[in-house]
Amino acid sequence: MRSSGYYKIKKVTINLVIHLFLIAVAVTCIFPILWMVSSSLKTQATVFRDSSLIPQVLHFENYLRAWNEGGFAVYFFNSIIYTVSVVFGIIIVSSLAAYAFSRLQFPGKNIIFYVFMAAMMIPIPGSFVVLYVLLNKLHLLNSRLGYILCLINVGLSMSIFLLKNFFDKLPRELEDAARIDGCSKLGIWWHVALPFAKPALAVVVVFNALNVWNEYMLALIIFDSKNLMPLQRALMMFRGEFLTNYPLLMAGLTITAFPIIIVYLLMQKYIVKGITSEVVSG
Amino acid sequence: MQQKLKSTLENYAFVLPAVTIFFIFYVIPFIWVFQLGLYDWDGILPTKIFVGMDNFKEIIFQDKIWWQSMLNAGYMTAIALTFQNILAFLLALACDREIRMKNFYRLIFFIPPVLSEVVVGLVWQWILDGNYGLLNSWLAHFGMQNLVHNWLSDPQTALTAVAAVHSWKGFGWGFLLFLAGLQIIPRELYEAARVDGANAWVSFKKITLPMMVPVIIMVAILTILGTMQVFVLINTMTDGGPAYHTEVPVTRIFASMRGSSRFGYACAQGIIFGIILMALSFTQYRLSKKARN
Repeated sequence: MRSSGYYKIKKVTINLVIHLFLIAVAVTCIFPILWMVSSSLKTQATVFRDSSLIPQVLHFENYLRAWNEGGFAVYFFNSIIYTVSVVFGIIIVSSLAAYAFSRLQFPGKNIIFYVFMAAMMIPIPGSFVVLYVLLNKLHLLNSRLGYILCLINVGLSMSIFLLKNFFDKLPRELEDAARIDGCSKLGIWWHVALPFAKPALAVVVVFNALNVWNEYMLALIIFDSKNLMPLQRALMMFRGEFLTNYPLLMAGLTITAFPIIIVYLLMQKYIVKGITSEVVSG
Repeated sequence: MQQKLKSTLENYAFVLPAVTIFFIFYVIPFIWVFQLGLYDWDGILPTKIFVGMDNFKEIIFQDKIWWQSMLNAGYMTAIALTFQNILAFLLALACDREIRMKNFYRLIFFIPPVLSEVVVGLVWQWILDGNYGLLNSWLAHFGMQNLVHNWLSDPQTALTAVAAVHSWKGFGWGFLLFLAGLQIIPRELYEAARVDGANAWVSFKKITLPMMVPVIIMVAILTILGTMQVFVLINTMTDGGPAYHTEVPVTRIFASMRGSSRFGYACAQGIIFGIILMALSFTQYRLSKKARN
């Protein structure tokens, strides 16, 4: 007979091994980000020689230089504009549609809905080529509006899917009560359905905000003018210009990544929910 | 009657904005890809020359770099499907246990996926830099001088280096999905198995794995679609070099469009690639379904 002490030691050892494994991976996840911040605080003279994680002198002026001379103030502002407009557009357009797919009757409803869903499944890898041609025809190349509309389209299917699932759970009584009070359909959408769907709306907002902030491909196709570029596109431009000025580049990267990390840490719950919704819903 | 018509029209109005945007920015491009694929066109001049299937024939029979790019993406996908997903699965198993700080680990593992590919690509490019990169200076410091070399411009290591970074960025996705899948397995199943005398390995094989099949299929398909279509990471880290060694299909499509101004050819590449992707995920789905029975 083995003693209970043996099992205890065995359990502690197993837990220790598991923790070591998890910690090793966690360090690997975080280290490159710390290294980015660390490099952004060195100078052009020290960045190539000093491999310490915390430099002796912290050169915060790199951030000022990137912000002003590097133009990151403009790019940051652009990214904010794009993110806010696209997310706002997606919320309005997709919640209207999702509400109709869930609650209203009209011929062809299911077909239209399935076409939206199919768009999530079918990859068209060359679509950016045609999008360029299309935007050119519509005179929307190198324009904020063109970029915003394209990105609203990108987030549409997924958002309609999430919101429709939620509206399906909306109790009939709530709608009926509003109708008796004289609410129009639009009124019910605004006063009843949207407040009810707040948790799903939070997922849609956070998810799309991350996508738009991180988007690069379409920005690469659409923008030529520096003053219209969002951060991701500008970073590549910036690297081309300040080829080996790593401290400045790393400062730019940190400026770009910082808001995302903050939003992620605050909104973690909603991001996880959005990603795992399909697994959990079966 | 009129009342009803009005009501139906009102209902259509709810989906009208979504349908309009979707039609202009998804349906029209979808149709145009197929149409343009049959033409020789530089994207600017009004003259399009109809060439029928010539673009497709050229891609399939002559474009060696195209198929090389497909192999490169396939190599990256193989690494992602094996190393990345096994790592993700092991981490999910570890965090599914009664273990301290599991929320903390979950928080950390998903940081790389929320960062943009541009940020990830440029930071890793700096770490892997051949002259001043951190990796090389560590290798030198720890006496592994013979391993020091230019990771991203050596044809032998460039693709693997990019694939490793891609997996670093991606494993958090799989981890989260696997963990969500593990957490919806009813705990009673494990208890019943333990009562029946099953050890940890047996209950893993008989309960965990079969219950996880749908999630595993889903993660595998997402991994294939995501990795085959990699673009930004390549664009930021190697831009396809050295000498086409890290070219992938999307960088080739982009090069046909921007580099050689062959819009029709680029569309034809997109179609072929799209078909291959659909076929891959369909095969994966069928194989997994078979494995399940």
